[in-house]
Amino acid sequence: MVKGYLGIDVGSVSTNLVFMDETGRIKESIYLRTQGRPIATIQAGLRQLAESLPPKVTVRGVGATGSGRHLAGVITGADIVKNEITAHAVATSTLVPGVQTIIEIGGQDSKIIILRNSLVVDFAMNTVCAAGTGSFLDQQAARLGVPIEKFGEMALLARSPVRIAGRCAVFAESDMIHKQQMGYGLSDILAGLCEALVRNYLNNVGKGKEILPPVVFQGGVAANAGMKQAFEKALGCAVTVPPYYNVMGAVGAALLAREKTARGLPSGFKGFHVAQVEFVSDGFACDGCPNSCEVVEIREERRVIARWGDRCGRWSGALVERKTAI
Amino acid sequence: MVKVTFPHMGHMWLCVKAMLEYLGVAVVIPPPSSKRTLALGARYGPEFACLPLKLNLGNFIEASALGADTILMAGGCGPCRFGYYAQVEHAILRDLGYRYELVVLEPPERHVGQLLSRIKTITGNNSWKRVYRGIKLGYQKIRAVDELEREAHRLRPREIVPGSTDRAFQEALKEIERAADLEELAAARGRAGETMRSVRIEERDVLRIGIVGEIFTLLEPFANLDIERRLGRMGVEVDRSIYLSEWVNDHMLFGLIKGLRSRRDACQAARPYLKHFVGGHGQETVGSAVLYARAGYDGVIHLLPFTCMPEIVAQSILPVVSAEMDIPVLSLTVDEQTGEAGLMTRLEAFVDLLERKRARKNVEGRICFG
Repeated sequence: MVKGYLGIDVGSVSTNLVFMDETGRIKESIYLRTQGRPIATIQAGLRQLAESLPPKVTVRGVGATGSGRHLAGVITGADIVKNEITAHAVATSTLVPGVQTIIEIGGQDSKIIILRNSLVVDFAMNTVCAAGTGSFLDQQAARLGVPIEKFGEMALLARSPVRIAGRCAVFAESDMIHKQQMGYGLSDILAGLCEALVRNYLNNVGKGKEILPPVVFQGGVAANAGMKQAFEKALGCAVTVPPYYNVMGAVGAALLAREKTARGLPSGFKGFHVAQVEFVSDGFACDGCPNSCEVVEIREERRVIARWGDRCGRWSGALVERKTAI
Repeated sequence: MVKVTFPHMGHMWLCVKAMLEYLGVAVVIPPPSSKRTLALGARYGPEFACLPLKLNLGNFIEASALGADTILMAGGCGPCRFGYYAQVEHAILRDLGYRYELVVLEPPERHVGQLLSRIKTITGNNSWKRVYRGIKLGYQKIRAVDELEREAHRLRPREIVPGSTDRAFQEALKEIERAADLEELAAARGRAGETMRSVRIEERDVLRIGIVGEIFTLLEPFANLDIERRLGRMGVEVDRSIYLSEWVNDHMLFGLIKGLRSRRDACQAARPYLKHFVGGHGQETVGSAVLYARAGYDGVIHLLPFTCMPEIVAQSILPVVSAEMDIPVLSLTVDEQTGEAGLMTRLEAFVDLLERKRARKNVEGRICFG
């Protein structure tokens, strides 16, 4: 019989699930596009996972992370709900012992995590700007008619990358169009785009941080070999893309679930059948004060199982006795 | 008769209201800052201005609907832009058709008489003795509120029933608000203290975080997305580098009240990193981070409004303080976005970082001392 831990990372662009056995080996990993429907995507992920795992499987613990972690938490009955920074740091320091810098670039956010002696000592996330994230690369690849999967290998063919202003995604685009009109080659433009993104990342997210090797590059954008090369060029050191680089958050969530249930606590996992249960999420504007908080209500077969979004706790507080790890 | 209003900054309203009403001045308190306030301010304020300007503006527009016709506001003299916000906001309001009189309380440059003469334009025919007692009442209320806040910071991470501290704190604030003169205030302080003592707590090993940064962002919960309460609920005891009573003592009363924490201590502590004034509270921010590190705090959170020049200076110096004093620092920029998810992710991650750091220190400590 297979026993193990389930890790779920619900991000803005992708939803990832992994199943890790008791020794810490990843048995299954699933990468799905969230497409703005997190509940349906989590359920689809659970269904796929149940099909690919042997029928007699015991889930010893569940961990949820990512911007949709609370949603994933209430739907599956997760044992631990953790922010993605902690989850990524736990996963990487387990898979790449001794790591001192983690560069993580996902769909709509990017972060840097600084570790010393496998302890997080500093971190930062992008704030008011999305230039330098996966969504921007996606858009530009589409505009240039390059499939995103081919982006990286084409960028590697560049002989002299063109310089593109990377401070702002909108201006980067007009700068890039200008370079195209001038007749520069596609590879040189793609490589220039990678370098612009890396500059932007290091100036914004990496500002004031001491970036020391070993440097690990993960998140969906790490699939792009052009980005990896641009980082190596800018930092002057080797950059490692680890196995499971695109599901690291989920790996971290699974590891945290193992840590949480280590003392033999039973898991709160509701079972794979939640993939078939009807969950409805609904929002309403509270009229209690001028803040007009947009309250979200999650119902499992008509029963309200969670609410959030209110500043004062009027709605979420009403369910407090049933609260899990939120 | 004039109806005076002023912008919100935390619980400041409670003290200014007491002072003015004691002197027989009619007061209009703007509705608490809300998303509506921000939407109004963002619509009419310059896009590149910082969050305080937008919220001030929204406060004034909302207060006008309640009948306010005179603005009382603090001034200043650079490099922080806030120094001319009173005039800029007044001009914007005039363009929008609001008829507001403006009285600016500039920090006294030479002697307290200047301040008093400006106060006199609002207080009219009150005797100086009464004006003095009015100011004293307002100031004592600030002291009382600050005491309650400090107590709430201590209780929140230790409360047994979630939310009980906040309920007690609101109750206690009402006691302070109701007091109409100094005698009543003395009794009200006693009752407010009782209310806070009724919160049931248990001793817990809590993390301690010092919050430093720009004054408005520190004091106004709407601007900082209620960071103190959020951290409290996560089991963190917070302290902040500026309380209103300290600021008033430093800037309006020439430090006459003894025994209060002063900006001078923070500026002294900042010296190895930043020797001179950079506007706003940039120097205090750096110095306070040093003081929290010396006091054994687990971490420091730095709050600043987007585009705040003095705090950007401080932000670029804090990594050095963090490395040399071995204290983690998290800078958070606040602006118009009210999304809480991003803030919670950062706070949770920071608290995780501090917890793991402390756990390791404890393990190492045990190894060293057997």
